[in-house]
Amino acid sequence: MPDDTAIGGTADRFPQTRWSAIVAVRSDNATDRARGLEAIAASYWKPVYKYIRLRWNRSSEDAKDLTQEFFSRLIEKGFLNGYDPAKARLRTFLRVCIDGLVQNEDKSARRLKRGGDAQILSLDFESAEGELARLDPPAPGSLGDFFEQEWVRSLFGLAVDALRADCKSRGKSVHFRLFELYDLNDDSASHLTYDDLARQFDLAPTDVTNYLAFARREFRRIALEKLREMTASDDEFRREARSLFGFDPGDPA
Amino acid sequence: MNWLSDDALRRLRSAAGSPDLSGTRYRLLEFVARGGMGVVYLAEDSVLRRRVALKILDPVASSPGLAARLLREARILARLEHPGIVPVHDVGTLADGRVFYAMKFVEGRRLDHHLQQIHSVPERLRLYGKICEAVAFAHARGILHRDLKPENVMVGPFGEVLVMDWGLAKFLHRQPEDAATLLDESPAQTANDTVATPAAHTSDSSVHTAHGSILGTPGYMPPEQARGDLHLLDQRSDVFALGALLLYLLTGNPPSTSSPQATLSRPLAAICRKAMAADPASRYPSASDLAADVARFLDSEPVSAYPEGLFGKAGRFISRHRIAFLLVLTFLVVRVLLLLVFRR
Repeated sequence: MPDDTAIGGTADRFPQTRWSAIVAVRSDNATDRARGLEAIAASYWKPVYKYIRLRWNRSSEDAKDLTQEFFSRLIEKGFLNGYDPAKARLRTFLRVCIDGLVQNEDKSARRLKRGGDAQILSLDFESAEGELARLDPPAPGSLGDFFEQEWVRSLFGLAVDALRADCKSRGKSVHFRLFELYDLNDDSASHLTYDDLARQFDLAPTDVTNYLAFARREFRRIALEKLREMTASDDEFRREARSLFGFDPGDPA
Repeated sequence: MNWLSDDALRRLRSAAGSPDLSGTRYRLLEFVARGGMGVVYLAEDSVLRRRVALKILDPVASSPGLAARLLREARILARLEHPGIVPVHDVGTLADGRVFYAMKFVEGRRLDHHLQQIHSVPERLRLYGKICEAVAFAHARGILHRDLKPENVMVGPFGEVLVMDWGLAKFLHRQPEDAATLLDESPAQTANDTVATPAAHTSDSSVHTAHGSILGTPGYMPPEQARGDLHLLDQRSDVFALGALLLYLLTGNPPSTSSPQATLSRPLAAICRKAMAADPASRYPSASDLAADVARFLDSEPVSAYPEGLFGKAGRFISRHRIAFLLVLTFLVVRVLLLLVFRR
């Protein structure tokens, strides 16, 4: 019966059609590994860099080297082979790896080994430095939360960029612009209402509602896609997604 | 990449996670509960100015198959207009594409919590009778619940009982009309969906296996359901769960940790055993029959599940006519005493 077969499903199997950077980086195929590393680095390099700067109080130059070293070792040393989502979240695991790397790394040996300041990834460290300057320094005991928050910032930043490109390619730049002004705008003094936006863009207020709903829906879709890439199983993805978009019971939704 | 402030992150999280109720008559008030398939919010119906519960497809679990299932649950509820079943008011799709339905907001407590305040067995059994009535009504409408357990029963402030969470409900006999109302819920659409207990006011303890079989909730599901023999399920499968529920009501312990023999009177233990028989043919044929046996016990009448001997009958007779029995006994004792006194 259709309603019977509908129940259940492949709850324990990670859908093969959904690509996972974590799975890819553990692959035997060099191309897959490189692609996986690229995706993980895109989401995590800023949190890693900022964490090294603040947790280990390293100079910008040292933090750059250690960040590059970290992602290099992610592949070379197979850091992620020891990752078990049932035991810890990926961010916790990565932080432990970073801490181990920084504690054990001999700066001169590292530079010698890697041939000075050779870089494996092209990363815009200046922007990360700029962001650090805008942040309130976290308390020493809350660096785990800091890493988490910076990861969310990085993931959402990538999703916003992808949404911008997506809207542009689909001729929906106005949708993105409304989303940017209403949901991303930080200037509380000039926070716009739906009516303000309708006047500014010569739209009906209901259009503003619909355009914003579209942009938010697409943002959620893209953010979830990126999150899925950073997880190794469907269960882990659901846990992470609930954590990312979830509510604490009792909180206004 | 643009810099996103902490405030922007908060807004993005909220915008992406919250349902978009624009264009609807509802205003979001607060989060209530989350399950495997949906999230329940308290909302205000701005037209009728009353509070309702909105069950909205979980954005994380969202898929066409699950959307069809949520709609299906709403349509099943719409068929079940009964005081013991939570009424559905509205169904639709939000601007953000998520399917939702609006239902009565039940301001009560879950049965397992409510029982902490009820210690009288007759009172518990009367409450149980209301649960059986609601389930029997659903059976009469050709619908099985398939996930009856204390967490799926709410008790309102005036003692009203509501059977909740019909997300796993199944039609006993699919009619052509049913197929039409169930949308285009084809196996191809849903085979890869992960379905868990729909969000309601419940715990998420239901377990679902892969490939079309349900485990339901351990302790409350009949053997045929646990085996995944879904074609064998009929109203006696819900009778099994009702038996487990009765055992829970009487012992306060989950069925897996208590046995009917433990502390119950023999007739009640026999009722539980019969309802929870491994073989469906040995169970009560319907929820009404089970409820009738419980009602007979309440009225100190013989129950069908327990063939009693002479002493049992006498004991029940005495229990049923206690005052008359005491009067006659007193009369006889006085009579004997008077005879003894006057013989001297």
